[in-house]
Amino acid sequence: MELQQLIQTAREQGDLSGLMGHIPYARLIGMDMRLDEAGQPLFVLPYQSKNIGNTALPALHGGVIGGFLENSAIVHLMWNRDAVEMPKTIDFSLDYLRSGRAIDCYARCEVTRQGRRIAHVTASCWQQDPAQPVAVARVHFLLT
Amino acid sequence: MTDETSLFEREPDQVRRIHGGFFHAIPHARELGLEVLDMGAGWGLLKIPYRADLVGNPQTGVLHGGVLTSLIDSACGLAVFCRLPRMEAIATLDLRIDYLKPATIGEDLFARAECYRLTRQIAFVRSVAYQRDPQQPVATSVATFMRSSASSVRAPRPPEKA
Repeated sequence: MELQQLIQTAREQGDLSGLMGHIPYARLIGMDMRLDEAGQPLFVLPYQSKNIGNTALPALHGGVIGGFLENSAIVHLMWNRDAVEMPKTIDFSLDYLRSGRAIDCYARCEVTRQGRRIAHVTASCWQQDPAQPVAVARVHFLLT
Repeated sequence: MTDETSLFEREPDQVRRIHGGFFHAIPHARELGLEVLDMGAGWGLLKIPYRADLVGNPQTGVLHGGVLTSLIDSACGLAVFCRLPRMEAIATLDLRIDYLKPATIGEDLFARAECYRLTRQIAFVRSVAYQRDPQQPVATSVATFMRSSASSVRAPRPPEKA
């Protein structure tokens, strides 16, 4: 089944568990998602030792945090859109604010603007306090 | 601006020894199959072999952007290590990736990064990711890193005379 179809089904049934299992990279980093009180996706990256980038601190790999946020932005946009195609990333900009500790991560996204051809999505990743983000990102997507 | 020569220029073998196997000690680099191919004064070349479990879109088989982010972040970090005058810890401040064209399915991914300016506290890096042909990049990137060694922090000003 295509990802967009899976998202459609998940949206109808209100059950997002298993959606991430269909994206190999999301499965690799162990990413999951659920809906928050407002009915918007909340993305979760449970801690796993293979996501570590710095064993001395220890800290999560910056690439994992980037991949987590980028994938969150893609799925968030698909969740809030009826189109069939998977959006194409044009550019991705990531600001690291704190080192990601060896605990779970969360992410929320927002579609800042959705035009006919381009969408702008922001994403924020935090661990214990949403007001203390580990990283923030913004992505431009090509929709057609 | 610092004009200290890089540790790589003074001790290339030592730097190659440290960083050649450096990424094997990083769990997530190992997980992705990241390999250090080459390095020089202020630059590094890394590779991630194509693997089905690194795919982002199961319909197309194209590698996930997160794999590219990890590859580029690591290549940029290596370039900075090869530019620093001595071993010191660094942290990525930001990273921007432009996706120029979709990656070809089944082909390995390479990233070459260059630290083109080093100041007392910041390293500026650019990187190109490609598959078979370096002249046909799949992505270009710019990044900045923060240096952390005590010696990179400006000494406090001496008190002014009364």
